[in-house]
Amino acid sequence: MKQTDFADMPASVIAARVAAGSLDPVQAVAASFAMSREKKSGRDGLNLVLWSDEKLATADASVLKETMGPRGEGGSLAGVPVAVKDNIATLGLPTTCASRILAGYVSPFEATAVTRLRAAGAIVVAKTNMDEFAMGSSTENSAYGPARNPHDLRRVTGGSSGGSAGAVAAGIVPIALGSETGGSVRQPASFCGIVGVKPTYGRVSRYGLVAFASSLDHIGVMARNVDDAALAMQAIAGLDPRDSTSADVPVAPYCEEFVSIATTPSPLEGLTVGVPAEYFPEMLDPGIRALCDRALDALRSLGAKIRKVALPHTSLAIPVYYIIAPAEASSNLARFDGVRYGRRESGTASLREMFGDTRSEGFGPEVTRRILLGTYVLSAGYYDAYYRKAQSVRTLIAGDFARVFAGGVDVLFTPTTPSTAFSIGQITDPYEMYMSDIFTATANLAGVPAMSIPIGRESGLPVGGQLIAGHFAEAAMFRVAYALEAALGGQAHQ
Amino acid sequence: MGVTHDDVRHIAELARLSVGTARLDELASELNAILGHMDVLGKVDTSGTPPPAAAPGCTHLRSDSSGPIPLAVPRESFAPIMRDGFFIVPRLATHEELSSGGAREGGA
Repeated sequence: MKQTDFADMPASVIAARVAAGSLDPVQAVAASFAMSREKKSGRDGLNLVLWSDEKLATADASVLKETMGPRGEGGSLAGVPVAVKDNIATLGLPTTCASRILAGYVSPFEATAVTRLRAAGAIVVAKTNMDEFAMGSSTENSAYGPARNPHDLRRVTGGSSGGSAGAVAAGIVPIALGSETGGSVRQPASFCGIVGVKPTYGRVSRYGLVAFASSLDHIGVMARNVDDAALAMQAIAGLDPRDSTSADVPVAPYCEEFVSIATTPSPLEGLTVGVPAEYFPEMLDPGIRALCDRALDALRSLGAKIRKVALPHTSLAIPVYYIIAPAEASSNLARFDGVRYGRRESGTASLREMFGDTRSEGFGPEVTRRILLGTYVLSAGYYDAYYRKAQSVRTLIAGDFARVFAGGVDVLFTPTTPSTAFSIGQITDPYEMYMSDIFTATANLAGVPAMSIPIGRESGLPVGGQLIAGHFAEAAMFRVAYALEAALGGQAHQ
Repeated sequence: MGVTHDDVRHIAELARLSVGTARLDELASELNAILGHMDVLGKVDTSGTPPPAAAPGCTHLRSDSSGPIPLAVPRESFAPIMRDGFFIVPRLATHEELSSGGAREGGA
């Protein structure tokens, strides 16, 4: 198998060939590692992959080959190499959240999403770089250095799932897992020119995802096309008794409708796409606006009705998010104290000093800043003014979405980000960095599903368009995304 | 509601973080700048709007009956120190602290 063939090969094709017996899963894994070496995915290059073990992955591929038989089924992702963000627990490879405090930690259990991918035949080949504890929008806040965008090495991948996005964009894996709290799958997907999906809150089990902000955390998928993203989502979605927030809502067969979409002249006839004015402010990059207009024209040509809608509380999403997320983080990250979890600082005189030194040495500046911010907004005298107020405004933001979807809108279309990938080191002001999530954080606050798909290039850099649907309406979202992807064709990467 | 050096010291203590005097200025300034952007929320009328009890619209409760989680490796292999089946953690206080009448450290 040629590396160049592998780099462009969809997961669905790899799985079909493995199932048909025309591709050895061991070869697929070898091609992934060869691509990783060619692209210099380690710290001396793109810095996308933190941990990998070719022997372990090859052994897993050999086991799959033996158990599925010469022409066995092997699962919907048979032999597909996948990458996993470093805050999702895997067996055999470290899970460090790109933090010094968890250096060397190997989980004794596995995340449900990873177990389900493996049950579908996928092979874990890499743990990917990320902003420390998923706190960031550029993957510059990693203890292991910034990830680099495969489209322009001087630029960020976006974050916090930047390593996963870059690994998919560079052709190292066709599918990767990421996680989202405010846009950490969709924003890097947009910056790297790939598809990124955040499901409904509760749709995918978070068991084994290191908690950052529990009411906002999601596991999501990244892929080079909508079909592969849907295939991966299908594999990991569904009830899990080990996650108390996991929802017992049937998972639709997302990919089944795709064939009929491809053969129908107006596949989106009868469907209404809402366009919220708040996501198209005057300051929006004109190039991004033009690409969004082109995507809306494509949706219109597919038979969809385009309707202007209002989500009036959108501008409040960032202040709300950056109160609630740090507040929850300050509680969730209390466990990293050198006793329950984390590398322990030695030579301290007391337990309290040990806690303080362990945490201050182990956490980087952004994590420290957010823990302090979260502790402040939860402390006596400030709780009502900040935390309680933010929770109430969150209700208003969720209400905006509920009203629009109840009013007959099936999906919303917006730009995913206000800009293309920025240069490494360009943004130093924390709040300016937080504003990268301005179009994505709303979906996390409301718990609705959303995804980013490539809609073109601006000055040579990828631009993403965002689709947002109502709770558990992933099937409609995928349907629109698939049709739009097909309609744009090669334009999506031009 | 400006964040002062004392506030930073206090919340660092609550958060179990060691923050040196040299960093107080920088942290207070950063927190004040970030919190300044949050003041816009104070102008939003939320009377009659309850805060969500959980993530909006999609949290389902059920019995907590998933059972014990099988570990892939024995716990001895990932615990820093174990003795007689117990996890060993750092001592809670030194004899010096106790004899000098210092406050007893909180348990882990």
